[in-house]
Amino acid sequence: MRPIIDVVISGWGSYIPIYRLPVEEVARIWGTSADHIKQELLIYEKSVAGIDEDVATIAVEAAKNSLKRSKINPNELGAVFVGTETKPYAVKPTGTIVAEAIGATPKILAADFEFACKAGTECLQCCIALVGSNMIKYGMAIGADVAEGAPADPLEYSAGSGGTAIIVGSKNYEKEPVALLEGSVSYVTDTPDFWRRPKESYPSHAEAFTGDPAYFRHTISAAKLLMEELGLRPSDFKYAIFHQPNGKFPLKAAKILGFTREQVEHGFIVPYIGNLYSGSSMTGFSAILDIAMPGDRILLVSYGSGAGSDAFSFIVQDGIITKRDNAPKVMDYIKKKRKIDYAIYCKIRGKI
Amino acid sequence: MSVPRYWRNIPQRVRMEALKCKSCGKIIYPPRAKCIYCGKNDFECYTIPEKGRLISFSIIRHPPIGFEHTTPYVVGIIEFENGLRISSQITDVDINELKIGMEVEQVFRKVSEDGKSGIIQYAIKFRPIFQNI
Ligand SMILES: [Zn+2]
Repeated sequence: MRPIIDVVISGWGSYIPIYRLPVEEVARIWGTSADHIKQELLIYEKSVAGIDEDVATIAVEAAKNSLKRSKINPNELGAVFVGTETKPYAVKPTGTIVAEAIGATPKILAADFEFACKAGTECLQCCIALVGSNMIKYGMAIGADVAEGAPADPLEYSAGSGGTAIIVGSKNYEKEPVALLEGSVSYVTDTPDFWRRPKESYPSHAEAFTGDPAYFRHTISAAKLLMEELGLRPSDFKYAIFHQPNGKFPLKAAKILGFTREQVEHGFIVPYIGNLYSGSSMTGFSAILDIAMPGDRILLVSYGSGAGSDAFSFIVQDGIITKRDNAPKVMDYIKKKRKIDYAIYCKIRGKI
Repeated sequence: MSVPRYWRNIPQRVRMEALKCKSCGKIIYPPRAKCIYCGKNDFECYTIPEKGRLISFSIIRHPPIGFEHTTPYVVGIIEFENGLRISSQITDVDINELKIGMEVEQVFRKVSEDGKSGIIQYAIKFRPIFQNI
């Protein structure tokens, strides 16, 4: 897919809470082997939202960081979309809370998107379409979650909190573009690998079914389709980011497609903060924008259970240099951390 | 807090919008119908700076109703470069690291929930400065 008008990234920003729950803490409670889990998942600790944090607060902080880089007036935004599977309200948009907090109301589209872990990149597709058809000047796409696994479930070791906001605009008026969109694809099927029914607190998953028919089929197909459409090969990309539900899946997908470890490792953040769900691939992408140089080509591939993948190709532009240092980087958030034990985890996530 | 009152206070609590008196130049926060210093009512909009200093604090261990499961938490007075002082909750702070004079900055957070079915109230709080940019 390609919009009629060239679309560029104008700003990006992330936010990750400071609290970390090490794998050892969860293993201590359930009598499992931390070393075994670390080997299996390639996750050492996960980020945990504080007692006064939720998807709205994470989205607002990421949005403000993206505005610091973009430098646009919030009134120039024509859309704020929040992709999440952990909305603060079942009914009432998070998008309006974000739009109000950043001073972008009232002449603006605002909505929440849900597609398990790929809701954030869905928001990005829609913002690209609105800007690319000249319906709006700028659009903000946010992927954020405060994901949780049920106690003793394998997901309890990996489900983290955090998010990323990306502002897109048109190449025709954005003076300092960060990256130019080359094209995108979306690839979806009805595949029930992971779900959560209404009023349930924790998701369910179909164990081994989450691999080949779900994650690998969709990420690999989307990436291949996009490269076919654009006439590109893995070696044409400087960096690639795949959704990171654990450490093993994205590395395996990259390998199957023919990407090297060097191409994926700079956006490989899951060992330190866990799976950010809707925020996962977008925050990996944000970590790449924190270091990429003009001319670099970046592949972004999300994955959402249920199931589907969005794939995008961007070429970095000169504006990245002047904008980069105007907000904290993903690595700054990863480094600034406070370890908590299982009891504090239960307290701040409202489990007791 | 009632829904209409929360909604009315969004500009001051979420975007930190204050009033600047055109006649005496003082900043009024939270906003009032008349200047609390000179009694006039001719204002311009003023946005409270993002960064300030903590000049006093107390640690709440015996909270009011609705905050029982959030203790211990910190409430402080923040002073800005122009001398303006406001009170706010200080979040993400290790109680052992609290210091008079420490630099703090705005952060958007949840304040309270009206039970399981009521509205969630958000506002700006302050946290130790994340990074000097
Ligand atoms: Zn006055």
